[in-house]
Amino acid sequence: MSGVLVLMEQRGGNWNRMSFEALAAGQQLSAKLGVACSAVVIGSGMDALSAELSQKKLDKVFAVDHALLKDYTADGYVVALEQLVKQADPAFVVLPHTYQVRDFAPALATRFGQVLISDVIAVHDGPVFVRQLLQGKLNADYRQTATGSCFVSVQAGTFRADAVETGTAVIEAFAPKLEATQIRNKPGELFRESAQTVDLSAAPVIVSVGRGIGEQENIGIVEELAAALGAELAASRPICDNGWLPMERQVGSSGQTVSPKLYLAVGISGAIQHLVGMKGSKAVIAINKDENAPIFEVADYGVVGDLFEVVPALTKAVLAAKG
Amino acid sequence: MKILVAIKQVPERDAQIHVASDGRWIDESDLNYTINEPDAYALEEALQLKEKNGSGEVVVVCAGPERVTSTLREALAKGADRAIHIEADDLGERDTLGVAQILADAVKAEAPDLILTGLQSDDLGLGQTGVVLAELLGMPHATIIMQVEVTGSGLKVKRELEDGWFQHVEMPLPALLTIQSGGNKLRYATLMGIKKAKTKETKTVQVTAAAAGPAIRLERVYLPEKQKKTEMLTGTPTEVAAKIVEKLKFEVRVI
Repeated sequence: MSGVLVLMEQRGGNWNRMSFEALAAGQQLSAKLGVACSAVVIGSGMDALSAELSQKKLDKVFAVDHALLKDYTADGYVVALEQLVKQADPAFVVLPHTYQVRDFAPALATRFGQVLISDVIAVHDGPVFVRQLLQGKLNADYRQTATGSCFVSVQAGTFRADAVETGTAVIEAFAPKLEATQIRNKPGELFRESAQTVDLSAAPVIVSVGRGIGEQENIGIVEELAAALGAELAASRPICDNGWLPMERQVGSSGQTVSPKLYLAVGISGAIQHLVGMKGSKAVIAINKDENAPIFEVADYGVVGDLFEVVPALTKAVLAAKG
Repeated sequence: MKILVAIKQVPERDAQIHVASDGRWIDESDLNYTINEPDAYALEEALQLKEKNGSGEVVVVCAGPERVTSTLREALAKGADRAIHIEADDLGERDTLGVAQILADAVKAEAPDLILTGLQSDDLGLGQTGVVLAELLGMPHATIIMQVEVTGSGLKVKRELEDGWFQHVEMPLPALLTIQSGGNKLRYATLMGIKKAKTKETKTVQVTAAAAGPAIRLERVYLPEKQKKTEMLTGTPTEVAAKIVEKLKFEVRVI
């Protein structure tokens, strides 16, 4: 057992861009350990994707191909990948921490008596894998204690896709044994709820509101600040879950990803799921009552205080400054 | 339909967290605990499914020390019919597989048609217990579910994907779903509900299987290093506002 195996994600012949972050993570881990790195593409009829991967610095590209893998199902992926992992017998299996990986990888790891070390934000010597606890308030070091393949998924934005090293790799076709009766779920077509009318990704200034606002009636003070700054109003998930603002104003892993000139976070604690949607912002200002809120870790300027006092004062000052 | 909801008790969201002296976990004294929020949505979905069906049973199950019975009582007050407390003081010694195993052992005897749980916990956030439990029980599963509809042949669920995309998935029963927040509005326990809860059964079961050696181990917890140098702005609200406006004008340049 040796080497690193990276499971790439594609849908309908298009890569999930996070796959290349996982590939970079896998290459770096293999370099650190002095072992080979291989990658897996799984689906049906993915010659173009395999060919693209063969231009990367990899030992092998495993093309796991089966007509029943055309559309993603957890059952299909687990059955097929269990066979591949058994054959390749890697020391580490690296995956991007996508919604799809969250759906099948824990079951795949279970088949090997392993536990996926999920949503990893750093890899240290050992290897020790760092993940976040309690909505990002703490970090934790994890280590595999069992023998056998170690499964790891990496958080979006942790490794840079453009750090993937190029080279040449051999493509090896892998035909898994898979029966239609093994696939219990019937997946439907993908759809969107309604046309997105708010494109937050283009906004130069965003004022975003979170749980700290307490009540729907209080959102008005944040709206006034956004209006004064000529900013788009956005929110973290709980605000949209409560129906206080429409879902299309949500920033985070399940909402929009933004990188404005200014992101002003009001009453947002900064859970991981929110941070991945806004940490590319040029400048971040955070107003929060809890000095330990993780949002301050990505903020350029921070105010620890009562948003109900600070926000109206700021609106007034902005309006005065604009004359 | 018999619906089992697996819930976890976690520290309250705005709890002040301190690393324990051994650096292996958080200091648990003086912490207030509550239901893991995604699990509250799983419970809500179960209660609404039962109400829509007009019949059925909702059983809540939680593993942990004595303190978790308060979270079970709250679930009963909200409308769950029965509770199962898996008495376990050593959850910290178990990894996801170990916890899913004791849940699986307790669940098997119940033979539910549907198991619901939150998509991840607010404390460890590994996001796997549901999927691993389904795998151990040999059930199909679907994750990050926003809506559940019972059909003639099983279930039709709405699965959330990234970037505002969704997908419907049809699946047979029995099945396990991990529930995303926001699909429903959470209810509060009524006075009547709290009263009724006192008459409802909470069964305590012991963990029979000893903790097998875990596959992964949490070695150390610590405060994260800052990714950015944050300049803290202090003063009265008016002073702070003036300082922010200065930054907006001369540093960020958006005014």
